[in-house]
Amino acid sequence: MKKEEVPQDPGALGRVTREVCYATDKDGKYTKELSTGWDVKINALDLAWEDIAQRIENARQKVINNEASPVLFFMEKRLMDMTTIAAYTGFWKWQIKKHLKPAVFKKLSDKKLKRYADAFNVSVEDFIHLNVNED
Amino acid sequence: MKINFEHKQAAHCENGVTSSLLQYNGINKITEPLAFGIGSGLFFVNLPFLKINNGPAIAFRTMPGLIFKRTCNALDIPVIRKKFSSRESAEKALMEQLNAGQPVGCQVGVYYLTYFPKEYRFHFNAHNLIVFGKEGDDYLISDPIMETATTLTSYELERVRFAKGAFAPRGQIYYTRKGNNVTDAQIASAIKKGIKRNVVHMIKVPGSVIGIKSIANTGNKIKKWKDKLGDKTAGLYLAQLVRMQEEIGTGGGGFRYIYAAFLQEAHAFVPNDELLDISKSFTQSGDLWRTAAVQAAGIYKGRIGSQADYNQMGDYLLEISEIEKRAFQALSKIKWRNG
Repeated sequence: MKKEEVPQDPGALGRVTREVCYATDKDGKYTKELSTGWDVKINALDLAWEDIAQRIENARQKVINNEASPVLFFMEKRLMDMTTIAAYTGFWKWQIKKHLKPAVFKKLSDKKLKRYADAFNVSVEDFIHLNVNED
Repeated sequence: MKINFEHKQAAHCENGVTSSLLQYNGINKITEPLAFGIGSGLFFVNLPFLKINNGPAIAFRTMPGLIFKRTCNALDIPVIRKKFSSRESAEKALMEQLNAGQPVGCQVGVYYLTYFPKEYRFHFNAHNLIVFGKEGDDYLISDPIMETATTLTSYELERVRFAKGAFAPRGQIYYTRKGNNVTDAQIASAIKKGIKRNVVHMIKVPGSVIGIKSIANTGNKIKKWKDKLGDKTAGLYLAQLVRMQEEIGTGGGGFRYIYAAFLQEAHAFVPNDELLDISKSFTQSGDLWRTAAVQAAGIYKGRIGSQADYNQMGDYLLEISEIEKRAFQALSKIKWRNG
């Protein structure tokens, strides 16, 4: 990539910092250049977030339809996979899978609910009622 | 309390931390590209059966932590690395080093990294930054991907140092000790070692999970994605590929440009003119990776999307695989001269 081809498109990162790219000058020698962003990857990131929004919405519907517990909704909302949520809550993955079922979830003790709520960075009340306070 | 430490921006966090910590210890010649090349940073892996963020598990660089480790080893620089079971001892150890005037590398998770834009905050736990002081409750932070130095409160720093999940940092800190002065001959030998190891990783590992065969294999898979996955999922997979290739830290073109810069800089220590020619091959490869990214974006934005477009996308990767194969073969055949 030549120095003058380093893209300068406005993206989420560009609001906070420019990033270092390596590009060649007129003699073919590499130099460090700063870029505000590139449409191609900005679109890729946007697409990933659209997908996440869709997954969160699907999870919300499932909880409302009583097909899944709030654990599923917050897992998607907090971008967690099983490994991450197990690490933050201290539950085993097989336990979490059970807790995804509304019937099992309803019987969880306050103490266990608190472990989930802490991992999801919400109050127990908000956790049960799918309330999200954006931080 | 503030250590006299100069923040320097880099493309990639680990290269940047390595280069900055070494500079603090008086080793000024190890730039980001040199750290990357000596640490054999260039890589390609596509792990079958594994999914990351619901997409393919593809990486363009070597495992987190290895660049720092290999570079310091090759230059015979002592490294101290500690993990902690308690938050109190983790903070205490950090403060001890800062009080002794030692800037400290920290492994952190980015999900709660407050100065990052929200769009970039995933549960990625192998980010690196340097702490170089504390004023009131604020730690002074040099994050290599940021243009300027920044701060985190003690609560914020503790939270990212004890992020959980894959690659959990467990408060990990690391720093280098002043060793002997690093000579140009040592750097030259480290460069050769780094190149040889990278040759092995990219063209000599059997199977098609790692290296140039994995690039070709991924290209062939992409041609089947339209039928196998449908346009929507295929688009998400391509977007993931592009993010791994171009997002913060790669310097553009999936680290290929940094590697090209490394070969140019290596020439100053190892006077083999082939290095300059081979550097051009990596520039060509980086350019083609970016051309492929534009093609991918056409597909995930829905501008194009016929089977022929997927085939073209796959063919770009096959061509890249060939270019990198020839480049690494050329590197493996160099008869090293003494500088």
